[in-house]
Amino acid sequence: MHDVVVKIIESGPPFLETVKRLKKHKLAVAGLVIILALSLIALFAPFIAPHDPNKLHLAHRLLSPGGDYPMGTDNLGRCLFSRLVFGSRVTLLAGFCVVGITSTVGVVLGIIAGYRGGLIDEFIMRCVDVLLAFPGIILALVIAGIMGPSLFNVMFALSLIGWTSYARVVRGAVLSVKEREFVEAARSLGASDNRIMLRHILPNVLAPVIVMATLGMAHVILSAAALSFLGLGVQPPNAEWGSMLNAGRIFMRTAPHMTVFPGLAIMLTVLAFNFLGDGLRDALDPWLNNNN
Amino acid sequence: MAHYLLRRFCSMFFILLCVSIITFSLMHFVPGDPAKLIAEKKYGDNVTAEAVELVRSEMGLDRPVFIQYFNWMAGILRGDFGISSSTGRPVWDEITSKLPATVELALAAMLVSLIIAIPVGILSAVKQYSIMDSACMLGAMLGVSMPNFWLGLLLILVFSVNLGWFPVYGRGDLTQLILPALTLGTGIAAVTARLTRSSILETLKQDYIRTARSKGLAERAVINRHALKNALIPVVTVVGLQIGSLLEGAVVVEVIFAWPGLGRLLYDSIFARDFSVIQGCVFFIAVMYVIVNLLVDIIYVWLDPRIRYEAG
Repeated sequence: MHDVVVKIIESGPPFLETVKRLKKHKLAVAGLVIILALSLIALFAPFIAPHDPNKLHLAHRLLSPGGDYPMGTDNLGRCLFSRLVFGSRVTLLAGFCVVGITSTVGVVLGIIAGYRGGLIDEFIMRCVDVLLAFPGIILALVIAGIMGPSLFNVMFALSLIGWTSYARVVRGAVLSVKEREFVEAARSLGASDNRIMLRHILPNVLAPVIVMATLGMAHVILSAAALSFLGLGVQPPNAEWGSMLNAGRIFMRTAPHMTVFPGLAIMLTVLAFNFLGDGLRDALDPWLNNNN
Repeated sequence: MAHYLLRRFCSMFFILLCVSIITFSLMHFVPGDPAKLIAEKKYGDNVTAEAVELVRSEMGLDRPVFIQYFNWMAGILRGDFGISSSTGRPVWDEITSKLPATVELALAAMLVSLIIAIPVGILSAVKQYSIMDSACMLGAMLGVSMPNFWLGLLLILVFSVNLGWFPVYGRGDLTQLILPALTLGTGIAAVTARLTRSSILETLKQDYIRTARSKGLAERAVINRHALKNALIPVVTVVGLQIGSLLEGAVVVEVIFAWPGLGRLLYDSIFARDFSVIQGCVFFIAVMYVIVNLLVDIIYVWLDPRIRYEAG
């Protein structure tokens, strides 16, 4: 009875209508296609890559694109295309893990801060302010550097600082949602705070979180690639796009393809997530502004 | 306004206190014993247990953590950031000698970004939905998505390696500043262009613009006399917000172009495990960032009287 009453009053973004609005946004659809293609490439990497990404062929060092090597080879004779294909796994894994963790932590803390208010709200928001006092990824850079170079440490460091924007945005959304009639109705029907936060507040603050998570993927991929480029992420011989760019630096004159292709891969992936995120923002617009 | 300022100052001091605690704790992210790491660096890999204990007591690492923090903080407040284990020089001297290079790079990058972003943003907004608008915004999207370290490498490849117009590394004359400034400034320009466009579009919807148009004013006069000033207020905020991106991006750009700034110092000290410099740099950068944000907020409140009255 309680659920029936409350469902009639509340409204979060209906899935089908959002998809319909998103389909009109051509660039967002293109972005989604690229992301799906990349996911498939990552999933079926061993079948798509023509060579072993870590196998050295010193006789085939620094070959230009063509023949057996569609994107050429690197300074150790490894197939660049194969390394890019396997590197997509690292990119997507880092992105999904960090965004998954940061959005979950940020949403939980944002809902608690916004709904409970008072000292808890003050404490959480001050934590956010303190972490945001360090510009961008500087803190992540230092933490990853001090802990030692590895993909896990990069992901850990980025997760440590990445939840703050979600918490802030969700808290703002909760502040407007919690005064709405369906929340009051649920409260008067005897629903506990936890039930209200989970069943009624959460679905109504998801719209901005979906947009932020998508754009956040773009940001995390760039950050993780930057940290790897600086030598802090995935270590040789494992393939990762940022560290491949770093390896290509000293061979720019003789093998510019080592610089061009990994960077292009990063840019296309980030672009795809940015297009999709922009499209989702427009598609979810009625529900993003509704709560204000 | 005074009340708002007082609140911001108090908040700033509290934040800086927490920043100092976090910065101090960074050393404890080291896997293993920090004293052993420092001793190995000083005396070589086959360091004895006695040498490690000597280092531990020299650095005060045998004392309780909060005593270590108070000693470190007391030093910071006296301007004593410790001694670099790589160069033997005071950390404060290392930081202040590298700071002008970073400031020079940041200002040049900011100039580049404003020269690109403001005209592009205005043009896009005034000719909304035209091909020009779509092209500009696609360009901005490309700029936002392009890794700045890749752009830097591409610029080196084209302009230094192939064309030979600019030197690749170092700091000296103006030609050495151009590529780093372009690299750092372009990504920021992309974000600023998008914001300028949406800010002007938002301003053009306002009632006073409709009034100006219905008075019979030419469109150019409407834009120049009424829209621009108000639309540029949020741009001032974004320029302030980009300081963070500038500082963050400066690390990568300084490494690529061997630009002798703070970012490069931080990077080198991480790989050299020079903890005094790491802590000093991080704290200095955070303090600078917090103070600059406060100044930007004050300017924003001063520029927009409505905020002043709301902020009390």
